[in-house]
Amino acid sequence: MTTAVQVKKLTMVQAVTDAMRTMLEEDESVLVLGEDVGQNGGVFRATDGLFEQFGEERVIDTPLAESGIVGTSIGLAVNGFRPIAEMQFLGFIYPAFNQLMTHATRMRQRSMGRYTVPMVIRAPYGAGVKAPEIHSDSVEALFTHIPGLKVVIPSNAYDAKGLLIASIEDPDPVLFLEPMRCYRSSRTEVPDEKYSIELGKASYVKEGSDVTVMTWGAMVPDTVKAVEKFEKEHNATCDVIDLRTLYPLDKDTIAESVKKTGRVVIIHEAPSAGGVNGDIISVINDTSFFYLKAPIQKVTGFDTPVPVYSLEQEYLPSSEKIISALNTTLSY
Amino acid sequence: MLERFPVTQYINEDGELIKQEVQEELSLDLVKMFYEKMLRARMMDKKCVNLQRQGKIGTYVQYEGQEAAQVGSALAIEEGDWMFPSYRDHAATMTFGHSLRNLLLYWVGRIEGGIPPEGKNIFPPAVPIASQLLHATGVAWAEKKKNTDRVSLVYFGDGATSEGDFHEGLNFASVFKAPVVFLNQNNGYAISVPTEKQMNSKTIAQKGLGYDIPSIRIDGNDILAVFIETKKAVDRARRGEGPTLIEAVTWRYGAHTTADDPSKYRDQSESDRRRTTTDPLLRLEKYMKNENSWDEEWLASMEQKITNEINTAISEMKDYPKADIDQVFSHVFEKPTWTIEQQREHHMSIKRGKV
Repeated sequence: MTTAVQVKKLTMVQAVTDAMRTMLEEDESVLVLGEDVGQNGGVFRATDGLFEQFGEERVIDTPLAESGIVGTSIGLAVNGFRPIAEMQFLGFIYPAFNQLMTHATRMRQRSMGRYTVPMVIRAPYGAGVKAPEIHSDSVEALFTHIPGLKVVIPSNAYDAKGLLIASIEDPDPVLFLEPMRCYRSSRTEVPDEKYSIELGKASYVKEGSDVTVMTWGAMVPDTVKAVEKFEKEHNATCDVIDLRTLYPLDKDTIAESVKKTGRVVIIHEAPSAGGVNGDIISVINDTSFFYLKAPIQKVTGFDTPVPVYSLEQEYLPSSEKIISALNTTLSY
Repeated sequence: MLERFPVTQYINEDGELIKQEVQEELSLDLVKMFYEKMLRARMMDKKCVNLQRQGKIGTYVQYEGQEAAQVGSALAIEEGDWMFPSYRDHAATMTFGHSLRNLLLYWVGRIEGGIPPEGKNIFPPAVPIASQLLHATGVAWAEKKKNTDRVSLVYFGDGATSEGDFHEGLNFASVFKAPVVFLNQNNGYAISVPTEKQMNSKTIAQKGLGYDIPSIRIDGNDILAVFIETKKAVDRARRGEGPTLIEAVTWRYGAHTTADDPSKYRDQSESDRRRTTTDPLLRLEKYMKNENSWDEEWLASMEQKITNEINTAISEMKDYPKADIDQVFSHVFEKPTWTIEQQREHHMSIKRGKV
C-alpha cells in the first residue's frame, strides 16, 4: 500500500516558511533569528506563524544589527545550534560582510574542523518590486567569491523548500537568496513532507536543442517567457537551465547542455563586471569550449547601482534584450 | 565618570594589601601561583620576541606588561568554559591550557597554532578587531539555551571599543542575558592612537552603562584585582545574571608588534618608568617581600623550570612535521567542492611533475 503524498500549491514565500517549519519541527537545534522575524512574522511574512508555533526561544527577534545577527549566529552554530539568520534585504548585509568573510567561512579551516559553522543566512534580494534604494541590490557575485560559502537561489516554491532544507542540513555556511519578484508571483505544487534538493545541482526548466540559456532567481520566469516567444518566431528550441546554486556551479549540467547546443546565452540581473557570468564562461571554457558554434552572449544588469524604482525596469534584462541575444547567437 | 568608575585595586604599587577583607583567602601558595604563571607568560613573550629577531618566527604580537590582566582573568574560568582571545592574548590562552608548542606554531604560520588541546574551549585568535565579542556572545547564548552554567570570557583592547561589533556584542549579550565576561585590556594605545584620541569618554567601563551591563574599572596590573573581579563576573554569569564589562587598565611595554616602532608615537621612557612602578610581577615581588616570603632560590628554580618548558616547546615546534598543502584543501567545507578538488589535483600534478 502506498501513502499518497499530500501536496499543496504554495507561493515561494510560503514554501520558505514551510521549509523552516519542517526543520524547526524535526530538529531542536534549528533556530530562526533576525529583525522582525518573531511576532511580526518577517517583513515578507517568511516566518509567519513560526513564533506562535515554536516560541521566542526558537524564533528570535534580535536587535537591529546585521553584524550582530551573523556574529552571534556563528557562536550559536559552533556551540551546537543550526541558526537560520534573516537579513531583511540583501542590500543590508554589508555590515555583516566582515563576519562572513573573516569568520563564518574560515572557522572550519582555522580550527582544522574543531569548530564548524552550520548556519544559513536568508536574504530577499533583487529588483522589480518597487522597493526603495539599496533594497533591490543583486550582489550574489560578492558572495560566490568568498571561499567557504555556498550560494543558493531558488526560483519557485518547490525548489525553495527543497533547497532551503538542504541548506539547513548542510554542515557549512550557506547564503540563501530569495528573489523578491518570485515570492508571490506564482504557485507551485509543494509536498507537505520533508524533501531536499542537492546543493550544486542545476535544473532544466525546459529542454531544447539549439541554444543553452542559463539563468537563476527572478530571471527564470522572465527568461522562459522570452524564450517561448523566440521559439515561436524561429524554428529553434532552447534548453533553459536554472542554475539554483551559484557556488559551487553544476559544471556537469552546464557542459552537457553546451555540448548538445553549441550556443550559449547567460542571463542575470546583477551587474556584469565580476559577475557569475564569468564563472559560467570559465566552466564552459574548461569543459565544452570546442563545442561552441558562436560567441557566448550575456544579458545582464548595468555596471551601475541598481536604480531607484522609476528606472528599475530599464535596468532589468528585458524580453527584447534576451531575444536579441538569442538572435545574435543563432545567426552565427 | 572617573569618580563613578574608580580603579579598583587590591594590592597597591608598594605591594601592600589594601583590601584587608581578602587577606584570609590570600594564601602564600596562591600568590606564588600567580607569580609563577605571570613569570611563565613573561618569559615566553620575551623568548618569542627574541625568536622573531633571530628570524626563527614571523612577526609577533607581544604583551609584556599585560600579564596580570591576562593571567588573572584566565585563572578565573574553569575547564569547560570558553575563551575568545585576540591576537595579543597568549598569556591568557597559555594559562587556560593552550600549548606553548602550538602558540609558537601560530607565529610560524601554521594552522595548528590556532588549535587548542582537546577539551579546551579556546577559539583561534581573532584578527579583525572586536569581531570575537559576537562569537563569545553567541557561544554563551548557546550555553544558556542548553541550560548549562558555562560562560564565555572574551579579550579585546581599547581600540576595539570604537568598532561596531563591540557595541553589537554588548547589546546582544545584554538583551539576551548571555553569560559573557567582556575583558577589556586598556593598554593606552591602539597601535599609535592613544586613548584620548580613540574616545572622548574618560573610561571604557562607562560604555557598559548604555547597555545596562554591570561594569567595573580595575587596576590591570594588579593580578589579585583582576582575578577576584573576573571571578565575581564569572559567578554572576554562571548564576544567570548576564554579562559584565571589565576595564583592566594596563600598559604594554613594547611595540604593537615586532614590526612596529613605538618611538614614532610615544615616549618609551614611560615604559622604563613603569617597569619600576606599576609592573605586575614587581608588585607581587614587593608584596612577598613585605610578607617576608620572597625567596630567590624559589625564583631561580622556577626560572629554570620555565626555561626548560619553553625550550622543549621550541624543539617541538622545530621538529613539527612540515606543513601539508592538503590542510588547505581539506578544511574549507566538510566535503570539498569540485572546484577545490580540481585545484588540488592540478596543484599536486604540477608539483609531482617538478619532483
